[in-house]
Amino acid sequence: MVNVTIDGKSVCVPEGTTILKAAASVGIDIPTLCYWEGLNEIGACRVCVVEVEGNMRLPAACNTAVEEGMVIRTNTKKVRDARKSNVELILSEHNSNCTACVRSGNCSLQKLANDFNITEIPYKKHLDEKKGNRNFPLIHDYSRCIKCMRCIQVCDKIQHSNVWDLINTGSRATVDVGDYYSLEESNCVLCGQCITHCPVGALKERDDTAKAIDALEDPEKITVIQIAPSIRTAWGEAFGLSPEEATVNRLAACLKSIGFDYVFDTNFSADLTIMEEGSEFLKRLSDKENNKFPMFTSCCPGWVRFVKANYPEFVDNLSTAKSPQQMFGAVTKSYFAEKIGVDPSKICSISIMPCLAKKHECAIPVMNDACGDPDVDIVLTTREVDRLIKSEHVDPSKLEDVELDSPLGVGSGAGNIFGATGGVMEAALRSAYFLVTGSNPDPDTFKAVRGEDGWKEASFELAGSTLKVAVASGLGNAAKLLDAIKAGKVSYDFVEIMACPGGCVGGGGQPIHDQCEMSTFRAPVLYSQDKDNTLRFSHENPVIKTIYEEFFKEPLSEKSHHLLHTDHHAWKMPDEV
Amino acid sequence: MSRLSNVTTTLAQETVEELYNDIERNIQTSQPGLCPVDLAAAFLHLSHARSCGKCTPCRVGLGKLEQLINSVLDGTADESTLEAIETTAESIYRSADCAIGSEAARMAVKAVKGFHDDFEEHIRHGRCKLQNFKSVPCVAECPAHVDIPGYIALIHEGRYNDAVNLIRKDNPLPSTCGMICEHPCEEHCRRKLVDDAINIRGLKRYAVEHESEIKAPVCAEPTGKKVGIIGGGPSGLTAAYFLSKMGHECTVYEQRDKLGGMLRYGIPSYRLPREVLDREIEGMKLAGFKTITNFSIGKDMSFDELRKQYDAVYISIGAHIDNKIGIEGEDAEGVISAVEMLRGIGDGNMPDFSGQDIVVVGGGNVAMDVARSAVRLGAKTVKIAYRRRKADMTALAEEVEGAVADGCVIMELNAPVKIEKKEDGSVAAIWLKPQIVGEVKWGRPAPVNADSPEVRVACDKVLVAIGQGIDSAQFGEAGLPLKRNRLAASEAGDFAEMEGVFSGGDCVTGPATVIKAIAGGKVAAANIDEYLGFNHPIESGIDLPPVRFADREPMGRVNMTERPASERIKDFDLMELPMTDQEACQESARCLQCDHFGCGLLKGGREFRW
Repeated sequence: MVNVTIDGKSVCVPEGTTILKAAASVGIDIPTLCYWEGLNEIGACRVCVVEVEGNMRLPAACNTAVEEGMVIRTNTKKVRDARKSNVELILSEHNSNCTACVRSGNCSLQKLANDFNITEIPYKKHLDEKKGNRNFPLIHDYSRCIKCMRCIQVCDKIQHSNVWDLINTGSRATVDVGDYYSLEESNCVLCGQCITHCPVGALKERDDTAKAIDALEDPEKITVIQIAPSIRTAWGEAFGLSPEEATVNRLAACLKSIGFDYVFDTNFSADLTIMEEGSEFLKRLSDKENNKFPMFTSCCPGWVRFVKANYPEFVDNLSTAKSPQQMFGAVTKSYFAEKIGVDPSKICSISIMPCLAKKHECAIPVMNDACGDPDVDIVLTTREVDRLIKSEHVDPSKLEDVELDSPLGVGSGAGNIFGATGGVMEAALRSAYFLVTGSNPDPDTFKAVRGEDGWKEASFELAGSTLKVAVASGLGNAAKLLDAIKAGKVSYDFVEIMACPGGCVGGGGQPIHDQCEMSTFRAPVLYSQDKDNTLRFSHENPVIKTIYEEFFKEPLSEKSHHLLHTDHHAWKMPDEV
Repeated sequence: MSRLSNVTTTLAQETVEELYNDIERNIQTSQPGLCPVDLAAAFLHLSHARSCGKCTPCRVGLGKLEQLINSVLDGTADESTLEAIETTAESIYRSADCAIGSEAARMAVKAVKGFHDDFEEHIRHGRCKLQNFKSVPCVAECPAHVDIPGYIALIHEGRYNDAVNLIRKDNPLPSTCGMICEHPCEEHCRRKLVDDAINIRGLKRYAVEHESEIKAPVCAEPTGKKVGIIGGGPSGLTAAYFLSKMGHECTVYEQRDKLGGMLRYGIPSYRLPREVLDREIEGMKLAGFKTITNFSIGKDMSFDELRKQYDAVYISIGAHIDNKIGIEGEDAEGVISAVEMLRGIGDGNMPDFSGQDIVVVGGGNVAMDVARSAVRLGAKTVKIAYRRRKADMTALAEEVEGAVADGCVIMELNAPVKIEKKEDGSVAAIWLKPQIVGEVKWGRPAPVNADSPEVRVACDKVLVAIGQGIDSAQFGEAGLPLKRNRLAASEAGDFAEMEGVFSGGDCVTGPATVIKAIAGGKVAAANIDEYLGFNHPIESGIDLPPVRFADREPMGRVNMTERPASERIKDFDLMELPMTDQEACQESARCLQCDHFGCGLLKGGREFRW
C-alpha cells in the first residue's frame, strides 16, 4: 500500500493506483477528457493534470501512479491555468457549432468548457476542412475531432479491426482511416463502437430520420416499423426514463403518435430465426461429413462483415439464415403484404436497430427477396429514433403504453434475449432441445451461456450426444476464438458471435454515456423480461406456428430458403476476393 | 565615440546562441517516420528567418517557397504546385547572392527530388506516405529492437536478473553488447533534447555484471523439426538460441576451434574479455542447441548434404576474408592482414611485436583494434596511415581517441602507394603519397593527390585493415543469389530461389555491427519458425515497475571511464571500467521512458512478444 496526500486528505491505496483513482477514492473529482478506463489511459488531452509537491511539471492523473509520500494538489493556480489553457487549445481546433451537433447536451468537451467557465477563446480558430463521405453509414466529422484517440483504441484493442489510425505528424496529425484512403474502402465492420466511445460529435451515424419522415408524409406509403430486442433496454435513457418506464409498449406509443402505421417487434423474427437457424444446425449435425463446423450464427451483420474481411475461410461456416431484421423485412413485404392485401412496393419497411452495420445490411443488393425492392428500406439507430421522437415534440413520459400491432408484434422471451451476448445461443438451444426430443426443457437450462465474459464455452447433452458450444462478443474475442479454432486448440459444434462487447445492448447505435460500458446495465433488463414472459420458447410463439402453417409450411422449406436465407458470397467486402 | 570597441554579447544574443544549441540537439533526436514535407517547410522557415533581407530571392522567395509547400500540406495544391516549387527553388538557388538563400533553396530542391512521392501523396490524398512513426527512438534504432526503456526501469529498481532477461527476449548476447555494442540506440535518444543521450550500453553492461546466474531458458515443446546453422558467430548463435526456445532441434557448424565468430576472432580481449564471451556462449547453449566445431560446410560436408539433413538452414558465415590494398610489394613478408592477425589472437597465438615499428593501413574500427593490439604486443611505434582525414575515419571517435591515447600516431591524408622490401623479402618501409582533402562525394570528402613528394616510412610490419570480404562462392554455385559476394537474402532473410534456406549477419549485410548480426539471427529465427509451420511467440513475461514521474531537469550523462593508457597498454585485460552503483542509479533515472510518455503509450510502445 502507498500513502499519499491529496488536497490535504490522507489516502492509502494499493501500489500502482493512478492519482485519478486515488483522488476518486476520497471523493475528489479530477476532470478528464480523453480518458476511458482500461481502454485509453494515454494522457493525451492533458486536462487531468495535477500538481505534485516538489515537481515543476504537472503529471496526468489518469496514468501516473501514486508514489509513497506524494503530496498532490488538484486545484492550484498552475493546475487550473494548464487545464483551462488545454481545453481552450482543443476548442480552437474544434467546430463548436454545438447547436448543429448530434452530441449537443451529451458532449464531454461542451461540459468541460462550461465547467471551466470558458466564455471566449484567446486563440485563432482553425478547423480541419476535410470532409468524410456523408452517404456511408459511419461519418467522420474531421472538424469536430479532438484527437483523443479513443476510436483508434476501441477499434484496435476491442474490435481488432484497426480501421482508425493517427495519420501525419506535427500540426497536421489527425485521426483518419489508417490502411486505406476512406472508410468505404476499408474493412470497417460498422459496429459503431468508435461512435459510442467518442467524447464529442466527431463520429456519428448517417441520419436517416428524414427518409422516415418522408415515408410518413407520403400518403401512398404504408409504414411498418420493427423494434429490435435491445432497443427496449436503452431508448428511454435519452429521456431520463428507467427501463421499467421505457418499455417497448411506450416506444410503440411514441411511434404511433408520430404516425407509423404498424409497429412490430423484431422479437418475432428472432423467433423465426431460431426456427430456421436451429433447424439448419440440426440438419448440419445430421450430415457432419458434408458440413463445416462449428456453425456460426449470422444475425450480427458486423460479425458477418468481419468474417468476410478477415477470415474468409470461415464464411461457409456461417448459418445461411438471414438476420432477424432481414427476415422481418422479407416477411413484411410478402406474408404481411398479402395479409393486408397491399402491393408490397407500397410498404416502407423500417427498423430500429442498435448498430450501423444494419444500415449497410439492408442495402445489400441481394436483400430484396420478397418483391424486388429492398426488404428493409430504412434503418434507424436507437439514437436516431430518440432524436426523431424529440423532433416530433413527443414526450414519452406523458404517453400510455400501447400494444404492438398484430400479427407481427408477438415475440417470445427467447427472441427477447437476442439482444444480449449468449441470447441467440440460449434461444436456439431451448428450441433445438424441443426439436430433437419433442419436449420442452426448463427454459433456464442453458443459462451457462449468459454473462458478460468475452468468450464463454459450454457443453450440453442433447439426445445422448454432447453439444459443444461457444459464445463470444467483441470482435477481438471473436478473432481469438477463430485463431484458436484455426490452430486446432479448440473445437465446437455451434458458436454465437456478436460484434459488440456484451452484444446488441452494448451496440454502437445505442445511446451514449461517456466512459461507461452500458451493456452491463442493459442486458439484465432483457433477461428479466424473458423471465416475466409467459412465452419462453420461439417454437411456441403462436404467430410463428401460424406463419409456418399458412405460409412457410416448415423450416428450411423452399419458401423459407427463398425469403429467410441468404448467400454470404453474393456480395463482397471492399478487399474480398 | 571610441575609435574601436570590444565585442560584448547581449542577453538576447546569448540566449539565441543557447537556442541554436538546443535546436542542434533537437534535430539530432528527430526520430524516423516524421513527415518530410512538413519538416522541409519548417527548415525553410528557419532559413528564411536568417535572411538579412537584402536580396529578392531570399527575402521573398524563401517565404513563397514555404507557402507553396504549406499548400501541399494543406491539401490545396495540385500537380502544378510541385513544378512551381521546383522552379522557384532552383531559381533561388541560382540567383541568391549569398549561401543563406542558395543553401536554403538547395534543401528545397533536394526535398522535392528526395521525397517526391510524399509530396504527391499529400497532393492526392492529403496525407503523408510515411506511416512508420517511431514512438520509442532507442527501440526503433536498435536493430534487434531490445526493450530498452523496460530494462533501464528494471535496473533502476535493482531488478538486474529481470533486466537482463528482458534484454534476452530480443538479444541473447547482452554481455557482449554491454561491452562492445555500437549503440545505435543512443543516436536519437530523446534525452538529448534535455542534455545528452542515456548511456544505454553502459547500463546494459552494469545490469549484466549484476546478474546472479544465467538460467536455462524455457523452451517450447519439441517440434521434431531440425535446423542446421552454418557459422557460430553472433548471428548463428542468436538464431540457434531462439529456434531452440521455439522447440526446434538446432545444430551449429563452426569451421574454427571455438564459437563466437568475429567476437572471438575479430574483437580484441581488451574490449571483450574471453571469459565474458565464453560465459555468454555457455549460457546461450543452455537453450539446448548442438555445436560442432572445426567442421567446415563445403569441405567436411557439402551444402547440399546439409540441406538434405535439415528442415531449414541458416547461413551466417560472416565476413572473414581479408581485402588487399592492391599495391606493389604487398606480398612482402611482414604484411599481415588484420583478419589474420586477430584470428591468431583469438586462438591464443599472440605475435611478438617487441621493439618493432608498425604501420597500420586503414581508418575503421578494425584498424584501431589491430593498432591498439600492436601496442599491447610490444611494438616500439604504431602509426596509422589513412588516405582521408582523421575526421572522415569510419571508426568510432572514441576508438580513434583511444588509439591515440594508447600511443598510436595517426598519419591522416596519406595514401599507401607501395611497400618497399628488404633483400630477404621482408618489409623495409611503406611509401605514402600525401593527399589533400577534395570534393564531397557520396557524403564524404574524397582525397586527391597533394603536390608534395611521397613519404617513406620505415617499418617492420604493415597491418592491413581495409575491410573484409565474404567467402560465399560455394553458395553462389549452389544457386543462391550473390551481390558483390554478399548473399542477397530478402528482408525476411530468405531466398526466392531456394526454399528453406535463410541467411543473415555480415554475410548478407557486409561487415557490420554485432547488433545487426544478432538482429539478422532474430529475424531468421522468426521466419524459420513460420516456414516450419509454427508461430511460437518469444516473450519475457516480466512486469515493469510503475512509471516514475519526474521533472526533466538537465543532468550530465555518466560516461564510461577507462584504465589509464600507461597501464592498459601493458596487457590485454578489459580496458573499460564499470559503472558504479551510484552512477547506474543516477543514469537509469535519466531515462525519459518514451514507452510511456509520449506516443509510446498510444502505439509502438512496448512490444511484449514477437
